[in-house]
Amino acid sequence: MYSKKVMEQFQNSQNYGKIEDADGIGKVGNPRCGDVMWIYIKVKDGVIEDAKYETFGCVAAIATSSMAIDMIKGKPVSEALQITNRAVADALDGLPPEKMHCSLLAEEGIKSAIEDYLGKRDAARRS
Amino acid sequence: MTIKYYFDYNATTPTDPRVVEAMLPYFSEKFHNPSSFYRSAQETNQAIEIARQEAARLIGARPEEIFFTSGGTESDNLAIQGTASRPREKGNHIITSGIEHPAVLRTCEHLEKKGYQVTYLPVDGCGLVDPADLEKSLKDTTILVTIMQANNEIGTLQPIRELARIAHQRGALFHTDAVQSTGKIPVDVKALDVDLLSFSSHKIYGPKGMGVLYKKKGIKVDPLIFGGGHERGLRAGTENVTGIVGLGKAAELARLEMAEEERRLRPLRDKLQQEILARIPEVLINGDTDRRLYNTLNVSIKYIEGESILAMLDHQDFALSSGSACSAKSLEPSHVLLAIGRKHEEAHGSLRISLGKYNTPKDVDRLLEALPPIVDKLRRMSPFWDKK
Repeated sequence: MYSKKVMEQFQNSQNYGKIEDADGIGKVGNPRCGDVMWIYIKVKDGVIEDAKYETFGCVAAIATSSMAIDMIKGKPVSEALQITNRAVADALDGLPPEKMHCSLLAEEGIKSAIEDYLGKRDAARRS
Repeated sequence: MTIKYYFDYNATTPTDPRVVEAMLPYFSEKFHNPSSFYRSAQETNQAIEIARQEAARLIGARPEEIFFTSGGTESDNLAIQGTASRPREKGNHIITSGIEHPAVLRTCEHLEKKGYQVTYLPVDGCGLVDPADLEKSLKDTTILVTIMQANNEIGTLQPIRELARIAHQRGALFHTDAVQSTGKIPVDVKALDVDLLSFSSHKIYGPKGMGVLYKKKGIKVDPLIFGGGHERGLRAGTENVTGIVGLGKAAELARLEMAEEERRLRPLRDKLQQEILARIPEVLINGDTDRRLYNTLNVSIKYIEGESILAMLDHQDFALSSGSACSAKSLEPSHVLLAIGRKHEEAHGSLRISLGKYNTPKDVDRLLEALPPIVDKLRRMSPFWDKK
């Protein structure tokens, strides 16, 4: 069902966990659906210098979270915002059709974490 | 056997080598159509009747009450649709439970679209149907009650004899899907007093593609499949002789070896339950711990999801199953677990272990070694697990 790359990403994922003093946290998904992703980012000079994920979900959910983290680490925030679910899925050599929604969640998670960061940053600037 | 540690016997079983051996002559040597005239064909016919006798013996029925089908699903469909389509002076109400196999539930839903009324009885937190609920739901228009003897996911055993008695008091027929119970525990259709019963070959180390419908003498059921009048007009189609012979052999072996299997497997299952609860915190048991198949253990492991557990187990060559939506390629998790009151996320995080013939104490120890670190890792990856 899953590509070799998905299984490898799933099995060997190391970039999970919390970032205690995160600059942005994105929480997406729904326990009822069996899919919850929390994305943590640390931003310095507009670049995502560290990122981690916590995911409750299936192989596809964990693999896409982990790949999303790989893809945004070291990137400027503006570039990370461009990442699409297709890009995440392609980076994993594709997902079965019924699992594509997991990659959507990863995209939403990234955007949500960045929005949270931008919101906090703008609030800090205003005050 | 492959090197994998197989713990999914409720899903299917490997065909016993003795069954394969019994089937072999009927592929290319004794291949004749049982309906043909010549002597060789009569021999094939005899082989079918011997298999029928073994199937009957397994459930305490008479051979003339045994009808061969393509499996448990077809038997369920035949029992339910075949009863519903009978002349309906009595009525059009059917009662079943909320935890039946999809072969029963989808058939009942199909009948609802055709204008039948169906009541889906609730179950308690252990998966048991309350006979009082059945009593309350029965109407003068009820034609059939269909309730499974043993549940495939959680192993819960229903009080079939009592439920059948109540159904009969109100003039309704009683069918039980005994696919998971037959061959594991003694099943006696006369003692249970059921009118119809389904069981399946591939759950009892027989070949896939074969099942039985028991139909008590005198009970009328309409066929689903029309044609050459086979199975005394109940189920047309040239007999799957190899499959029937295989089923017959599997039934014989099950009858002879059942008691020893229970003696061997119950302690292994109990050890799994005890040790999983001891080594892994925040685990719920799904099902009744007394009225349960001795080979089945279903647990919900909180804060993590089932398919990811299965994937990590598979990586270490363990085969189990789960009630999560993802592992079933569905949008909803197990209807059985929801029916017993589990929250969605608890149903998503469920694991089913079902033991069988080739499981050893060593297998059990290996699984007990492998599972806690997997749960630990997935919990550390989960947003819901705080104790890092």
